Amino acid sequence: MPSVISITKLAKHYQVPEREAGLKAAAMGLIKRRYKTVKAVDEISFEIQPGEVVGFLGPNGAGKTTTLKMLSGLLHPTSGSTSVLGFEPAKRSHDFLRQITLVMGNRNQLSWDLPALDSFDLQRAIYSIPMDEFKRTRDEFIELLELKELVQKPIRNLSLGERMKMEIVGALLHKPKILFLDEPTLGLDVTMQKRIRTFVAEYNKRYDATVLLTSHYMADVEALCKRVVVIHHGKLLFDGDLSALVEKFSAFKTVGFTINSASVDWSQYGEVISTDGARMVLRVPKEKTSAITTRLLNDLAVEDLTVEAAPIEDVIESVFAVKEEAVE
Amino acid sequence: MKRYFDYYRATMKLSVLEQLQYPVANYFYMIGMIAEPVIYMVVWSAVARQQGGMVGGYTPGAFAAYYIVWTLVRNMNIVFTPYGWEWRIREGQLSMSLLRPIHPLHGDVAYFAGWKVVVILLWLPLAFILSLIFKPELDPTLLQGVVFFFAIWMAYLIRTMILSLLGMVTFWTTRVSALFELYFAAELILSGRLVPLSLMPDWVQKLAWFFPFRWAFGFPIEALVGNLSTSDLFTGLGMQLAWILFGVISVSLIWKIAIRRFSAVGG
Repeated sequence: MPSVISITKLAKHYQVPEREAGLKAAAMGLIKRRYKTVKAVDEISFEIQPGEVVGFLGPNGAGKTTTLKMLSGLLHPTSGSTSVLGFEPAKRSHDFLRQITLVMGNRNQLSWDLPALDSFDLQRAIYSIPMDEFKRTRDEFIELLELKELVQKPIRNLSLGERMKMEIVGALLHKPKILFLDEPTLGLDVTMQKRIRTFVAEYNKRYDATVLLTSHYMADVEALCKRVVVIHHGKLLFDGDLSALVEKFSAFKTVGFTINSASVDWSQYGEVISTDGARMVLRVPKEKTSAITTRLLNDLAVEDLTVEAAPIEDVIESVFAVKEEAVE
Repeated sequence: MKRYFDYYRATMKLSVLEQLQYPVANYFYMIGMIAEPVIYMVVWSAVARQQGGMVGGYTPGAFAAYYIVWTLVRNMNIVFTPYGWEWRIREGQLSMSLLRPIHPLHGDVAYFAGWKVVVILLWLPLAFILSLIFKPELDPTLLQGVVFFFAIWMAYLIRTMILSLLGMVTFWTTRVSALFELYFAAELILSGRLVPLSLMPDWVQKLAWFFPFRWAFGFPIEALVGNLSTSDLFTGLGMQLAWILFGVISVSLIWKIAIRRFSAVGG
């Protein structure tokens, strides 16, 4: 199946002026300005198939948003090639823009002073959506996100989570085939995050849409993405299944058990992560997991022993800790 | 074409709805705005009386007519400013506009056009009160009225295009306030805003012919309250059209270059 998103050696470099602190340096800067090249995205390549939901991960400043902006046509790449649905995004052809959306968690496109219904009508006009189809889609999304009681209130009177749900409805009314979601759950409470995740999953299923998602909340990634692409300092660190990422980069596992004895030197088994009454959780090196669990069972009267992979947050942290040249 | 018509209708409607959210604020804004022409009107009327009832062909009643129409034209002149361009680039709002399959300038034109519908409605009672106080001499012909109607909307388009061109300078550098101030100073003198151009020295009047300012401000007022011949009226409309075409072509060309520089830093 041909990929819907294909990028090859995509790069975006910025020339950023820099100087030392102080008056002398400021004066010198008037005569000769010094620039530094910042490689926000540094020759990354990957492809995404139709209907895939891909997590795009990296720490702040890794180049995720810059990549999304290039893929949605907001930024011209410095070099490399980009193809989205067969279009070159930087040309921003209207046929291309009608088939994509970019949702940024900290950006609003709905009118602040008016009920969302009024802004939705503008979206209809922008994308030339036939009235019947518009009403059907709008009502479908309103129902899915449980917004019926809110669509007649001015946006300014809604909570952050409610506003975000409205923004998502507005961004998807034209039923785009490609969704670029940049931190869509930023700042939302757990319930609201879950609601938005469920909606994105449902949209993906109903419309076979392709989703490229950035999020600092690993729950988003775990719930939605089978595949993840990880970048750091603009370079690609990993591209593959989430489970493979965990397998490859997780150096630890967590071992939980119940024990009544209190006077034990736990350092010989692993690092104590938490204790809750008689319940303990230890972090142990992955390769020693079998040996340590055997020792725990033999040495101590432990019950309800469980072994789990390290939390995805810890895995991602260890990915970023790895030097780029040490990985593929 | 139908698509654009629908988009303009929807955007203008949204703009009207937004303005109706704050009718009192809008009214105070307009009342604040008439302070400037009222000062001009009082000063020039006093000068006219001291000069024996007329200065440069303007009686106090003619000045009243000029500056009352001025208030409407001034409101029609309000467009998305270069400061607005700075703001929307810095705050990331331009990014949201660029994601839409329609040029952002259409949004600006449509939004402010909708805003003007509300402004005109709010202006009518103000103009009525000003007329009661200052007793303007205004007796336009039908042709003048028709030309005025088109002229104020074309003035709006001229200023939108010219200020968009200025605004796009922010793609190259973000500190362009000084340039804007220079523009506004030239506009004040060469547009007919400070004083009717016919009262200015001959060389200023000739110079004003070659800049957009007069066609975006003074001409619509002169068309309604002045003694322009039919030929002058149509020449004026032609000049307005020429400036709009110049603006559209220039904006399109510069936009293509400018947008490549867009760094979407604000979001």
